[in-house]
Amino acid sequence: MRPIIDIDHLSKRYDSGTVALNDVSLQISEGEILALLGPNGAGKTTMISIICGLVVPSGGTVRVGGHDIRRDWRAARKLIGLVPQEIALEPFEKVIDCVRFTRGLYGAPPDEAYIEKLLRSLALWDKRDARTRELSGGMKRRVLIAKALSHRPKVLFLDEPTAGVDVTLRREMWQVVQELRNDGVTIILTTHYLEEAEDMADRIGVINRGELLLVKPKDELMGEFGKKHLTIALDVPLATLPAELAARGLTLSADGREMGYDYDTRAERTGIARLLADLAERDIAVRDVSTKQSSLEEIFMSLLEEETA
Amino acid sequence: MNWRSARAIFGHEMARFFRTVWQSLASPVLSTVLYFVVFGAAIGGRIQAIEGVPYGAFIVPGLMMLTVLQQSVANASFGIYFPKFSGTIYEILVAPTGWIEVTLGFVGAAATKAVMIALVILLTSFWFNGVHIAHPFWMLAFLFLTALGFSLLGFIIGLWAKNFEQLQIVPMMVITPLVFLGGAFYSASMLPPFWEGVAKLNPVLYLISGFRWSFFGLADVPVGLSLIAVGLMILICMAIIRWIFLTGWRLRE
Repeated sequence: MRPIIDIDHLSKRYDSGTVALNDVSLQISEGEILALLGPNGAGKTTMISIICGLVVPSGGTVRVGGHDIRRDWRAARKLIGLVPQEIALEPFEKVIDCVRFTRGLYGAPPDEAYIEKLLRSLALWDKRDARTRELSGGMKRRVLIAKALSHRPKVLFLDEPTAGVDVTLRREMWQVVQELRNDGVTIILTTHYLEEAEDMADRIGVINRGELLLVKPKDELMGEFGKKHLTIALDVPLATLPAELAARGLTLSADGREMGYDYDTRAERTGIARLLADLAERDIAVRDVSTKQSSLEEIFMSLLEEETA
Repeated sequence: MNWRSARAIFGHEMARFFRTVWQSLASPVLSTVLYFVVFGAAIGGRIQAIEGVPYGAFIVPGLMMLTVLQQSVANASFGIYFPKFSGTIYEILVAPTGWIEVTLGFVGAAATKAVMIALVILLTSFWFNGVHIAHPFWMLAFLFLTALGFSLLGFIIGLWAKNFEQLQIVPMMVITPLVFLGGAFYSASMLPPFWEGVAKLNPVLYLISGFRWSFFGLADVPVGLSLIAVGLMILICMAIIRWIFLTGWRLRE
């Protein structure tokens, strides 16, 4: 399938000499949700800003829907909607007028039925005549989403959409994103909330110091880089961990009631069966066994550490 | 061309004008009416007629120009600077909207506002000074072209400005003195020959002169020169705006 976004050797060096992006190539398929993860200043926003036309690239090309963003910019931009990181709204304008204005900017003819549907889907219809300055932070974010969707874009960029948003609203926003995906919109989001990427994304890209470290399907990434932690709850607390078990990498909790064991899901042998057999041989009674997958946050940190090393 | 986007910007700017109609319309009209009262009704009767035109009527074109120039520059510069200040400029920059549409929207709205204000001032001047317009078509043409030229200049100022001080410094320090020294309240021919020559270096003199000619048939410089001056100004400003948008100067990183 032809990618809806095709980034080829994209670079950006600012006048100050800072290299914000260094030879980044990436293809994004239609209808997928790609999460871009990276620390502050990694280059996430620069990449989005170049694709949307806010920043001029120093090198490389970007095609959106087959249209070069520099040569055929009008056609490319018609396909894009952007929800910026900062809340930027005209304070004295009514919500509905804001959305109509953005639709007009994209050259789309008036469509009040669609705008009503859009505002209702974002729970903004009741606030349509409110001035934007009267809205809460969460509602302002939703207005930004409504504006970005006002011309029915095929690609939506969400630059840290839930930054500074409370947990309840964050969940609501995720719901909105899932609904958009169901409607076939391709979504590229940057976030600091790894839980967000873990919950929503189909693929995850990790970017640091302007370089794209990897892009993988989320499940593959979790599988490849994810370690699992086995927790063994004991019937009778142990005073000390037998040396042979310690040599296998087992740890004992301070109260002696739990043993812990990290293993790699990709390894040919995880050693769990052998471990449980050893415990039985030593008459160590096991009350319960549980496992926990490494979170994306842990994977992300380990990737950055590897890169720094 | 994305005409809908030009219309959206135009409508957006005009909506702001009508939201703040007292500040936008009533305030400049009131201050100009005060000029009419003081220089026309109160002092004007004691000042000699200029080339047969009573002083109260003579200053009407100059005062209209003063308002048009100030309002055009202020409206256009604020119109584009405010989105830069509030951050909402991003949506204009990411939209499939070129420099022509953006300029048409912002500058068209600023010029329309300035012309509306000028026409209200003209209506009030009929009441105060009984002004007669010799060439109505050319009066409207000069009014529109001048509003357009100075709205383009204001738009450049708004694009250039990095803060509110810069936004106001050009209108305050350049435009207003040029208008006052450009014959808003007198004819250049009333000046000694040397200063008349200096005054003719002031581009605003050509605008006021042409505009006054459309009212009374009197001009300090040939009308054709006035038209060339305003036409040149429009062309130069358009070229600068085109360059700003194509290079992204002060707009894109």
